[in-house]
Amino acid sequence: MASLRDIKTKIDSTKKMKQITKAMEMVSASKMNRAEENVHSFLPYSEKIQEVVASIAQSSKNIDNPMLNSRDVKKTGYLVITSDRGLAGAYNSSVLRKLHQTIKEKHNSTDEYVIIVAGRVGYEYFKKRNMPIVKSVLGLADQPNFADIKELASETVQMYINEEIDELNIYYNHYISVISQQVTSKKLLPLTNLQEGTVSGSQYEYEPDQEEILEVLLPQYAESLIYGALLDGKASEHAARMTAMRSASDNADEIIGDLTLSYNRARQAAITQEITEIIGGVAALE
Amino acid sequence: MKTLTVSVVTPDGPVLEDSFEMVSCKAESGELGILPGHIPLVAPLTISAVRLKNGNDSKRLAVSGGFLEVRPEKVTILAQSAETPSDINVERAKEAKSRAEQRLQSKQDDIDFQRAELALKRAMNRLDIVG
Repeated sequence: MASLRDIKTKIDSTKKMKQITKAMEMVSASKMNRAEENVHSFLPYSEKIQEVVASIAQSSKNIDNPMLNSRDVKKTGYLVITSDRGLAGAYNSSVLRKLHQTIKEKHNSTDEYVIIVAGRVGYEYFKKRNMPIVKSVLGLADQPNFADIKELASETVQMYINEEIDELNIYYNHYISVISQQVTSKKLLPLTNLQEGTVSGSQYEYEPDQEEILEVLLPQYAESLIYGALLDGKASEHAARMTAMRSASDNADEIIGDLTLSYNRARQAAITQEITEIIGGVAALE
Repeated sequence: MKTLTVSVVTPDGPVLEDSFEMVSCKAESGELGILPGHIPLVAPLTISAVRLKNGNDSKRLAVSGGFLEVRPEKVTILAQSAETPSDINVERAKEAKSRAEQRLQSKQDDIDFQRAELALKRAMNRLDIVG
């Protein structure tokens, strides 16, 4: 049995740990609120751009834009959104595992796919496994601006336009609620599901014409989808970290309780033993 | 006088929403002036200034990577960035300008060249508006 002093030290260090996890929980909670606000302020932009793109795509049937047409897939691009730091529970591992599994199932050699990664954790994961990372962005802010991700997004879309990749899938954690985030994979390019969107019914004049507008608009649309996924991912990250820290604090509470119990027990045992010894001593004298 | 509602939206959130009498901007195909009652229109914008007029007042915005959606009573400008003069960081724009100029002079490959050109345009546009 551990000595009284050992147990005492353990209790103290667990208490300190709990203070830290508690603080991190609160920090993540406030960051999560901000991230949620960011998602909301992005909504008007994404809804509008989707509406316009959908109405153009629907009103003109014979558009020949490479971003809308599927082609034979020789090389697939995977864009994965992870965090820069750990301590976020299963946030990173679940999305990375899912992507890794998909790649293993679909591809036999590293020539068939490329990975584009946001976040240090994902970058190191794939680098360690010698998988081809073509682009990466590390050290993203907790509340990223569009400008922070713009370069990565536009280069990725450019890769598709230049036919360096023939489709683009995105993997990230979708934010459902504080306690629930879901790993989501979406096919981003080619843009295939445009016809489904709701259309306001208004017919537009196009200046100069539809095809040229689509040429400008579609890359912007794809970039906005990437940014939207990033914001969603960031909100999930903070939520995941908050939940992880909360359960760590709860766990610490439990450990402190257990340790205090055994501390008291040990103390009581020591006292009992002392009394027995004294009584034994007295009895021997008589 | 009749007015139209103008809203300017970027991925980072709405920048402005107000009524104005006239919107004038530079589309890829040339200058456009929009008055209330315009037919529905969609046009991509160049990296340029958008002017919003209300009587004698006029407001200017620096936009890049945007397009314009017009309906009879409403104009929506969607842009990757849109800034009012007070939002513009002059120091940063100046730095960006000199950096882009250096890059243009050192003649690298095409992609860098194009990118530098765009960066220069954005910086000049911003400085223009503050100017």
